[in-house]
Amino acid sequence: MHLILFFLFAGFCLAGAINLLLQSHPINSALSLIVVMTSLAVLYLLLGAEFLAAAQIIVYAGAIMVLFTFVVMLLNAGREERTMGSRTWRAVGFPAVVAIFAVLATVILHTRQMGVAALSDGITTVDDLSRVLFHELLLPFEVTSVLILIAILGAVALARHGHGEPDGESERTVGK
Amino acid sequence: MNALFSQEVPLIFYLLLSAALFALGIVGFLIKRNLITVFMSIELMLNGVNLSFVTFAHQWHAVKGQIFVFFVMMVAAAEAAVGLAIIIAVFRARATLAVDRIDLMKL
Repeated sequence: MHLILFFLFAGFCLAGAINLLLQSHPINSALSLIVVMTSLAVLYLLLGAEFLAAAQIIVYAGAIMVLFTFVVMLLNAGREERTMGSRTWRAVGFPAVVAIFAVLATVILHTRQMGVAALSDGITTVDDLSRVLFHELLLPFEVTSVLILIAILGAVALARHGHGEPDGESERTVGK
Repeated sequence: MNALFSQEVPLIFYLLLSAALFALGIVGFLIKRNLITVFMSIELMLNGVNLSFVTFAHQWHAVKGQIFVFFVMMVAAAEAAVGLAIIIAVFRARATLAVDRIDLMKL
């Protein structure tokens, strides 16, 4: 059962990732990325990470991808134009990607100690997770909240209308 | 493949999937010509790495691996917010999203 579920959702995952590359319209790519993230949430659940599965759907498939689709629609992004790019980098880039995947796969396949995952394995509950997070890793957690705050301020400052224009101009825009 | 109906999946499969997702993310980063889609490929790479974190957390029964994924998600959320704001600012200045035409840092 676990193996079937794994292959089903790993297949969804890879199909979504490949579809992301093949689609020429950004909104289709965004929707394929949602498929990838949702199937990854199922895989996390299979690995017993129930909190991360929920967070993956809420944060990634929910918040981040809503942001992406919003921006795609806001900017009215049309089909991308396929340009061939530089021939040198085409000749260097793709063998490099294949080499990276080959090296990763070789290292993984030569690992002897990796075990197996079964549905009967215990799941990591929110209880276990928060016990470590709020006792040992409280400072990184708080630093993350500061990071998020700075990111919000940065996003607002960057995307604000009239940014970089003379003062009178931006005040007029705000006044409207 | 006679073990198709067995109850166990080797964790190596999960690691291979995560390597494949990471490689596909790199390919997307290289071949896509739309700024937003290039950004999505980065998210795909982050997700590939997250999967291997969760796999290793399962292998070593370590909760901290999962907490690291949690932090990666937070950083990815911050990165997406700032990155998309930058994309909006670039689009406002250049009126294009094609990466070939966005080749200068200054506006």
